[in-house]
Amino acid sequence: MTIVSGGIIIVGIGELFATTSPTKLQALGLGSCVGVALYDPIAKVGGLAHVMMPESNGSSNELRGKYADTAVANLLSDMQKLAARKENVVAKLVGGASMFSLSHDVFRIGEKNVIAVKKSLNDLGIRVMAEDVGGSVGRTMILHTDTGEVEVRFVNRESRKI
Amino acid sequence: MVINKFDSYDIDILTEIGNIGAGNAATALSEILQGRVDMSVPKVGIMKFKELINELNGPENIIVAILVGVSGDLDGFILFALETECALTLLRLVGMDYDKDIFALSELEMSTLTEITNILTGTYLTAVCDMTGLAINATVPSFAIDMAGAILNVPISFYGQVGDSVLLIETEFKSGDDLVIGRFMLIPDVSSYKTLLKSLRNGEK
Repeated sequence: MTIVSGGIIIVGIGELFATTSPTKLQALGLGSCVGVALYDPIAKVGGLAHVMMPESNGSSNELRGKYADTAVANLLSDMQKLAARKENVVAKLVGGASMFSLSHDVFRIGEKNVIAVKKSLNDLGIRVMAEDVGGSVGRTMILHTDTGEVEVRFVNRESRKI
Repeated sequence: MVINKFDSYDIDILTEIGNIGAGNAATALSEILQGRVDMSVPKVGIMKFKELINELNGPENIIVAILVGVSGDLDGFILFALETECALTLLRLVGMDYDKDIFALSELEMSTLTEITNILTGTYLTAVCDMTGLAINATVPSFAIDMAGAILNVPISFYGQVGDSVLLIETEFKSGDDLVIGRFMLIPDVSSYKTLLKSLRNGEK
Protein backbone atom coordinates (compact mmCIF):
# COMPACT_ATOMS: atom_id res chain seq x y z
CA MET A 1 0.00 0.00 0.00
CA THR A 2 1.30 3.43 -0.92
CA ILE A 3 0.06 6.65 0.62
CA VAL A 4 -0.04 9.56 -1.77
CA SER A 5 -0.69 13.06 -0.49
CA GLY A 6 -4.23 14.44 -0.57
CA GLY A 7 -5.98 11.50 1.05
CA ILE A 8 -5.17 9.03 -1.70
CA ILE A 9 -4.06 5.50 -0.91
CA ILE A 10 -2.93 3.20 -3.67
CA VAL A 11 -3.63 -0.46 -3.05
CA GLY A 12 -0.97 -2.35 -5.02
CA ILE A 13 -1.30 -5.71 -6.69
CA GLY A 14 -2.13 -8.42 -4.15
CA GLU A 15 -2.63 -5.89 -1.35
CA LEU A 16 -5.67 -4.75 0.63
CA PHE A 17 -6.49 -1.79 2.84
CA ALA A 18 -9.39 -0.69 5.06
CA THR A 19 -9.99 2.79 6.45
CA THR A 20 -12.50 5.07 8.19
CA SER A 21 -11.24 8.46 7.09
CA PRO A 22 -12.54 10.17 3.95
CA THR A 23 -9.97 8.67 1.66
CA LYS A 24 -9.73 7.68 -1.98
CA LEU A 25 -8.64 4.08 -2.20
CA GLN A 26 -7.25 3.30 -5.63
CA ALA A 27 -6.35 0.15 -7.55
CA LEU A 28 -4.46 1.12 -10.71
CA GLY A 29 -4.18 -0.76 -13.98
CA LEU A 30 -6.50 -3.69 -13.31
CA GLY A 31 -6.39 -6.25 -16.11
CA SER A 32 -7.34 -9.77 -15.10
CA CYS A 33 -7.03 -8.64 -11.47
CA VAL A 34 -10.25 -7.77 -9.67
CA GLY A 35 -10.63 -4.77 -7.42
CA VAL A 36 -13.06 -5.60 -4.62
CA ALA A 37 -14.48 -2.55 -2.88
CA LEU A 38 -16.37 -3.21 0.35
CA TYR A 39 -18.31 -0.45 2.05
CA ASP A 40 -20.35 -0.02 5.18
CA PRO A 41 -22.50 3.09 4.50
CA ILE A 42 -23.56 3.43 8.13
CA ALA A 43 -20.15 3.27 9.79
CA LYS A 44 -18.60 4.87 6.67
CA VAL A 45 -15.84 2.31 6.63
CA GLY A 46 -14.38 1.38 3.24
CA GLY A 47 -11.94 -1.24 2.09
CA LEU A 48 -10.30 -2.26 -1.15
CA ALA A 49 -8.57 -5.50 -2.18
CA HIS A 50 -6.51 -5.89 -5.38
CA VAL A 51 -7.10 -9.59 -6.06
CA MET A 52 -4.75 -11.45 -8.41
CA MET A 53 -5.77 -15.09 -8.34
CA PRO A 54 -8.87 -17.17 -7.60
CA GLU A 55 -7.68 -19.68 -5.01
CA SER A 56 -4.98 -19.91 -2.39
CA ASN A 57 -5.22 -23.71 -2.21
CA GLY A 58 -4.29 -23.38 1.43
CA SER A 59 -1.01 -21.56 0.85
CA SER A 60 -0.58 -18.55 3.07
CA ASN A 61 0.88 -15.41 1.64
CA GLU A 62 2.32 -12.16 2.86
CA LEU A 63 0.14 -10.47 0.25
CA ARG A 64 -3.19 -10.58 2.09
CA GLY A 65 -5.21 -9.48 -0.91
CA LYS A 66 -3.69 -11.86 -3.44
CA TYR A 67 -6.25 -14.68 -3.49
CA ALA A 68 -9.99 -14.19 -3.87
CA ASP A 69 -10.91 -16.79 -1.27
CA THR A 70 -8.81 -15.23 1.50
CA ALA A 71 -8.76 -11.57 0.44
CA VAL A 72 -12.47 -10.95 0.95
CA ALA A 73 -12.46 -12.46 4.46
CA ASN A 74 -9.24 -10.61 5.38
CA LEU A 75 -10.62 -7.30 4.17
CA LEU A 76 -13.92 -7.77 5.98
CA SER A 77 -12.13 -8.62 9.21
CA ASP A 78 -9.95 -5.47 8.91
CA MET A 79 -13.10 -3.42 8.39
CA GLN A 80 -14.83 -5.01 11.36
CA LYS A 81 -11.90 -3.88 13.51
CA LEU A 82 -12.82 -0.37 12.37
CA ALA A 83 -16.42 -0.91 13.57
CA ALA A 84 -17.98 -1.94 10.25
CA ARG A 85 -20.84 -4.41 10.60
CA LYS A 86 -21.01 -7.34 8.22
CA GLU A 87 -24.75 -7.05 7.66
CA ASN A 88 -24.32 -3.47 6.39
CA VAL A 89 -21.38 -4.16 4.08
CA VAL A 90 -21.95 -4.13 0.32
CA ALA A 91 -19.52 -4.85 -2.51
CA LYS A 92 -18.58 -3.36 -5.88
CA LEU A 93 -16.36 -5.21 -8.34
CA VAL A 94 -14.11 -3.88 -11.09
CA GLY A 95 -11.67 -5.64 -13.46
CA GLY A 96 -11.46 -9.31 -14.40
CA ALA A 97 -10.71 -8.62 -18.06
CA SER A 98 -9.01 -10.88 -20.59
CA MET A 99 -6.35 -8.61 -21.98
CA PHE A 100 -5.36 -11.02 -24.74
CA SER A 101 -7.44 -13.51 -26.63
CA LEU A 102 -5.15 -16.52 -26.52
CA SER A 103 -6.40 -19.98 -25.75
CA HIS A 104 -3.90 -20.61 -22.94
CA ASP A 105 -5.64 -21.13 -19.62
CA VAL A 106 -3.84 -18.23 -17.99
CA PHE A 107 -5.71 -15.91 -20.33
CA ARG A 108 -9.02 -16.84 -18.70
CA ILE A 109 -7.84 -15.90 -15.25
CA GLY A 110 -9.93 -12.70 -15.18
CA GLU A 111 -13.18 -14.59 -15.53
CA LYS A 112 -12.10 -17.08 -12.86
CA ASN A 113 -11.16 -14.26 -10.51
CA VAL A 114 -14.62 -12.70 -10.82
CA ILE A 115 -16.34 -16.04 -10.15
CA ALA A 116 -14.12 -16.73 -7.14
CA VAL A 117 -14.64 -13.26 -5.65
CA LYS A 118 -18.43 -13.59 -6.04
CA LYS A 119 -18.37 -16.99 -4.37
CA SER A 120 -16.41 -15.62 -1.40
CA LEU A 121 -18.81 -12.70 -1.08
CA ASN A 122 -21.79 -15.00 -1.31
CA ASP A 123 -20.35 -17.30 1.37
CA LEU A 124 -20.06 -14.30 3.68
CA GLY A 125 -23.53 -13.04 2.77
CA ILE A 126 -22.25 -9.81 1.17
CA ARG A 127 -24.31 -8.41 -1.68
CA VAL A 128 -22.72 -7.20 -4.92
CA MET A 129 -24.29 -3.81 -5.56
CA ALA A 130 -22.55 -2.93 -8.81
CA GLU A 131 -19.83 -4.18 -11.10
CA ASP A 132 -17.81 -3.26 -14.16
CA VAL A 133 -16.05 -6.47 -15.12
CA GLY A 134 -14.93 -8.58 -18.09
CA GLY A 135 -14.17 -7.50 -21.64
CA SER A 136 -10.63 -6.85 -22.77
CA VAL A 137 -9.89 -3.45 -21.28
CA GLY A 138 -7.65 -2.25 -18.48
CA ARG A 139 -9.32 -0.34 -15.66
CA THR A 140 -8.42 1.87 -12.74
CA MET A 141 -10.84 2.12 -9.81
CA ILE A 142 -11.22 4.68 -7.08
CA LEU A 143 -13.36 4.04 -3.99
CA HIS A 144 -14.49 7.23 -2.25
CA THR A 145 -14.83 6.15 1.36
CA ASP A 146 -17.06 9.10 2.29
CA THR A 147 -19.82 8.13 -0.16
CA GLY A 148 -19.08 4.53 -1.18
CA GLU A 149 -19.02 5.64 -4.79
CA VAL A 150 -16.62 3.86 -7.12
CA GLU A 151 -15.14 5.63 -10.12
CA VAL A 152 -13.91 3.46 -13.00
CA ARG A 153 -11.39 4.86 -15.46
CA PHE A 154 -10.31 3.47 -18.84
CA VAL A 155 -7.64 4.46 -21.35
CA ASN A 156 -9.95 4.89 -24.29
CA ARG A 157 -13.47 5.57 -23.09
CA GLU A 158 -15.34 7.81 -20.68
CA SER A 159 -14.92 7.03 -17.03
CA ARG A 160 -18.04 6.05 -15.16
CA LYS A 161 -19.33 5.86 -11.61
CA ILE A 162 -20.86 2.76 -10.12
CA MET B 1 8.89 -22.88 -5.14
CA VAL B 2 11.28 -20.04 -4.58
CA ILE B 3 13.66 -18.59 -7.10
CA ASN B 4 17.15 -19.14 -5.79
CA LYS B 5 19.89 -16.60 -5.75
CA PHE B 6 22.13 -16.57 -8.78
CA ASP B 7 25.88 -16.52 -8.77
CA SER B 8 27.64 -13.93 -10.89
CA TYR B 9 28.31 -16.48 -13.62
CA ASP B 10 24.57 -17.18 -13.92
CA ILE B 11 23.88 -13.47 -14.15
CA ASP B 12 26.47 -13.19 -16.93
CA ILE B 13 24.77 -15.97 -18.88
CA LEU B 14 21.30 -14.50 -18.50
CA THR B 15 22.62 -11.05 -19.43
CA GLU B 16 24.18 -12.53 -22.54
CA ILE B 17 20.84 -14.11 -23.52
CA GLY B 18 19.20 -10.70 -23.21
CA ASN B 19 22.04 -9.21 -25.24
CA ILE B 20 21.81 -11.68 -28.10
CA GLY B 21 18.02 -11.60 -28.33
CA ALA B 22 17.64 -7.86 -28.14
CA GLY B 23 20.78 -7.22 -30.17
CA ASN B 24 19.36 -9.05 -33.14
CA ALA B 25 15.99 -7.37 -32.69
CA ALA B 26 17.69 -3.96 -32.48
CA THR B 27 19.45 -4.66 -35.77
CA ALA B 28 16.13 -5.61 -37.35
CA LEU B 29 14.52 -2.44 -36.01
CA SER B 30 17.33 -0.21 -37.24
CA GLU B 31 16.93 -1.76 -40.71
CA ILE B 32 13.19 -1.04 -40.67
CA LEU B 33 13.79 2.51 -39.49
CA GLN B 34 16.93 3.06 -41.55
CA GLY B 35 18.36 4.67 -38.47
CA ARG B 36 20.38 4.05 -35.39
CA VAL B 37 18.98 1.96 -32.52
CA ASP B 38 21.04 1.57 -29.37
CA MET B 39 20.36 -0.82 -26.56
CA SER B 40 21.11 -0.87 -22.87
CA VAL B 41 23.04 -3.53 -21.00
CA PRO B 42 20.32 -6.02 -20.06
CA LYS B 43 18.95 -5.78 -16.56
CA VAL B 44 18.73 -9.19 -14.92
CA GLY B 45 17.02 -9.63 -11.62
CA ILE B 46 14.37 -11.15 -9.45
CA MET B 47 11.57 -8.69 -8.97
CA LYS B 48 8.44 -8.38 -6.91
CA PHE B 49 5.31 -7.96 -9.06
CA LYS B 50 5.02 -4.30 -8.12
CA GLU B 51 8.62 -3.67 -9.14
CA LEU B 52 7.98 -5.36 -12.47
CA ILE B 53 5.07 -2.99 -13.15
CA ASN B 54 7.23 -0.02 -12.20
CA GLU B 55 9.76 -1.07 -14.85
CA LEU B 56 7.11 0.02 -17.34
CA ASN B 57 6.66 3.41 -15.64
CA GLY B 58 3.80 2.43 -13.37
CA PRO B 59 0.46 0.63 -13.66
CA GLU B 60 -1.41 3.39 -15.51
CA ASN B 61 1.21 4.15 -18.14
CA ILE B 62 -0.27 3.41 -21.56
CA ILE B 63 1.90 1.09 -23.63
CA VAL B 64 1.74 -0.63 -26.96
CA ALA B 65 2.46 -4.23 -26.09
CA ILE B 66 3.02 -7.48 -27.81
CA LEU B 67 3.02 -10.60 -25.71
CA VAL B 68 4.31 -13.98 -26.84
CA GLY B 69 3.92 -17.07 -24.72
CA VAL B 70 6.74 -19.58 -25.13
CA SER B 71 6.78 -23.27 -24.33
CA GLY B 72 8.91 -26.33 -24.97
CA ASP B 73 12.43 -26.30 -23.49
CA LEU B 74 11.68 -22.82 -22.26
CA ASP B 75 8.40 -21.79 -20.66
CA GLY B 76 7.46 -18.21 -20.07
CA PHE B 77 6.66 -14.93 -21.75
CA ILE B 78 8.30 -12.38 -23.96
CA LEU B 79 6.83 -8.91 -23.76
CA PHE B 80 7.82 -6.14 -26.11
CA ALA B 81 6.55 -2.82 -24.81
CA LEU B 82 6.63 0.41 -26.76
CA GLU B 83 5.75 3.80 -25.33
CA THR B 84 2.79 5.17 -27.34
CA GLU B 85 4.80 8.15 -28.60
CA CYS B 86 7.38 5.74 -29.96
CA ALA B 87 4.78 3.56 -31.63
CA LEU B 88 3.53 6.65 -33.48
CA THR B 89 7.09 7.66 -34.36
CA LEU B 90 7.62 4.17 -35.69
CA LEU B 91 4.61 4.55 -37.99
CA ARG B 92 5.84 7.92 -39.18
CA LEU B 93 9.27 6.53 -39.90
CA VAL B 94 7.86 3.78 -42.09
CA GLY B 95 6.02 6.49 -44.00
CA MET B 96 2.57 6.47 -42.43
CA ASP B 97 0.39 9.21 -40.99
CA TYR B 98 1.81 10.17 -37.63
CA ASP B 99 -0.41 13.00 -36.47
CA LYS B 100 -2.98 10.94 -34.64
CA ASP B 101 -4.13 9.63 -31.34
CA ILE B 102 -2.85 6.12 -30.61
CA PHE B 103 -6.46 4.97 -30.26
CA ALA B 104 -7.45 6.41 -33.64
CA LEU B 105 -5.22 4.16 -35.71
CA SER B 106 -6.63 2.78 -38.93
CA GLU B 107 -6.72 -0.95 -39.56
CA LEU B 108 -3.72 -0.65 -41.87
CA GLU B 109 -1.71 1.33 -39.31
CA MET B 110 -2.61 -1.13 -36.60
CA SER B 111 -1.54 -4.11 -38.65
CA THR B 112 1.68 -2.36 -39.66
CA LEU B 113 2.51 -1.85 -36.01
CA THR B 114 1.58 -5.44 -35.18
CA GLU B 115 3.75 -6.68 -38.03
CA ILE B 116 6.80 -4.65 -36.98
CA THR B 117 6.52 -5.84 -33.40
CA ASN B 118 5.99 -9.41 -34.62
CA ILE B 119 9.22 -9.24 -36.57
CA LEU B 120 11.08 -7.92 -33.55
CA THR B 121 9.81 -10.54 -31.10
CA GLY B 122 10.40 -13.27 -33.70
CA THR B 123 13.96 -12.08 -34.21
CA TYR B 124 14.56 -12.00 -30.47
CA LEU B 125 13.26 -15.52 -30.01
CA THR B 126 15.15 -16.98 -32.98
CA ALA B 127 18.39 -15.50 -31.68
CA VAL B 128 17.84 -17.03 -28.24
CA CYS B 129 17.06 -20.44 -29.81
CA ASP B 130 20.15 -20.31 -32.02
CA MET B 131 22.36 -19.39 -29.12
CA THR B 132 21.09 -21.94 -26.64
CA GLY B 133 20.15 -24.76 -29.01
CA LEU B 134 16.85 -25.07 -27.17
CA ALA B 135 13.63 -26.03 -28.94
CA ILE B 136 11.16 -23.26 -28.18
CA ASN B 137 7.59 -22.97 -29.46
CA ALA B 138 5.91 -19.61 -29.49
CA THR B 139 2.22 -18.75 -29.38
CA VAL B 140 0.73 -16.38 -31.92
CA PRO B 141 1.72 -12.93 -30.69
CA SER B 142 -1.00 -10.95 -28.93
CA PHE B 143 -1.23 -7.24 -29.40
CA ALA B 144 -2.77 -4.67 -27.06
CA ILE B 145 -2.70 -0.98 -26.28
CA ASP B 146 -3.62 -0.41 -22.67
CA MET B 147 -2.37 0.27 -19.15
CA ALA B 148 0.96 -1.39 -18.34
CA GLY B 149 -0.43 -2.84 -15.12
CA ALA B 150 -3.35 -4.47 -16.90
CA ILE B 151 -1.10 -5.98 -19.56
CA LEU B 152 1.38 -7.33 -17.00
CA ASN B 153 -1.50 -9.01 -15.15
CA VAL B 154 -1.15 -11.87 -17.63
CA PRO B 155 2.42 -12.99 -16.80
CA ILE B 156 1.91 -11.97 -13.17
CA SER B 157 -1.10 -14.21 -12.64
CA PHE B 158 0.79 -17.03 -14.34
CA TYR B 159 3.72 -16.72 -11.91
CA GLY B 160 1.49 -15.84 -8.98
CA GLN B 161 0.71 -19.53 -8.67
CA VAL B 162 4.24 -20.24 -7.44
CA GLY B 163 5.39 -17.05 -5.75
CA ASP B 164 5.38 -13.30 -5.54
CA SER B 165 8.27 -12.53 -7.83
CA VAL B 166 9.57 -13.12 -11.33
CA LEU B 167 12.93 -13.42 -13.01
CA LEU B 168 13.24 -10.58 -15.49
CA ILE B 169 15.73 -10.16 -18.31
CA GLU B 170 15.07 -6.68 -19.63
CA THR B 171 16.73 -4.77 -22.44
CA GLU B 172 15.91 -1.20 -23.37
CA PHE B 173 16.01 0.11 -26.92
CA LYS B 174 17.13 3.68 -27.35
CA SER B 175 17.03 6.02 -30.30
CA GLY B 176 20.07 7.97 -31.46
CA ASP B 177 19.19 10.79 -29.04
CA ASP B 178 19.02 8.42 -26.08
CA LEU B 179 15.25 8.29 -25.61
CA VAL B 180 13.90 4.93 -24.56
CA ILE B 181 11.68 3.70 -27.36
CA GLY B 182 10.87 0.23 -26.22
CA ARG B 183 11.69 -2.60 -23.88
CA PHE B 184 12.09 -6.32 -24.30
CA MET B 185 11.20 -8.37 -21.27
CA LEU B 186 11.94 -12.08 -21.12
CA ILE B 187 10.20 -13.67 -18.16
CA PRO B 188 11.05 -17.37 -17.96
CA ASP B 189 9.42 -19.62 -15.38
CA VAL B 190 11.32 -21.18 -12.52
CA SER B 191 12.23 -24.49 -14.12
CA SER B 192 13.06 -22.81 -17.41
CA TYR B 193 15.80 -20.56 -16.19
CA LYS B 194 17.59 -23.65 -14.95
CA THR B 195 17.26 -25.14 -18.46
CA LEU B 196 18.53 -21.87 -19.89
CA LEU B 197 21.55 -21.84 -17.63
CA LYS B 198 22.30 -25.49 -18.26
CA SER B 199 22.13 -25.07 -22.03
CA LEU B 200 24.88 -22.50 -21.89
CA ARG B 201 26.98 -23.94 -19.09
CA ASN B 202 27.57 -27.29 -20.77
CA GLY B 203 31.27 -27.91 -21.17
CA GLU B 204 32.16 -24.58 -19.69
CA LYS B 205 32.28 -25.29 -16.01
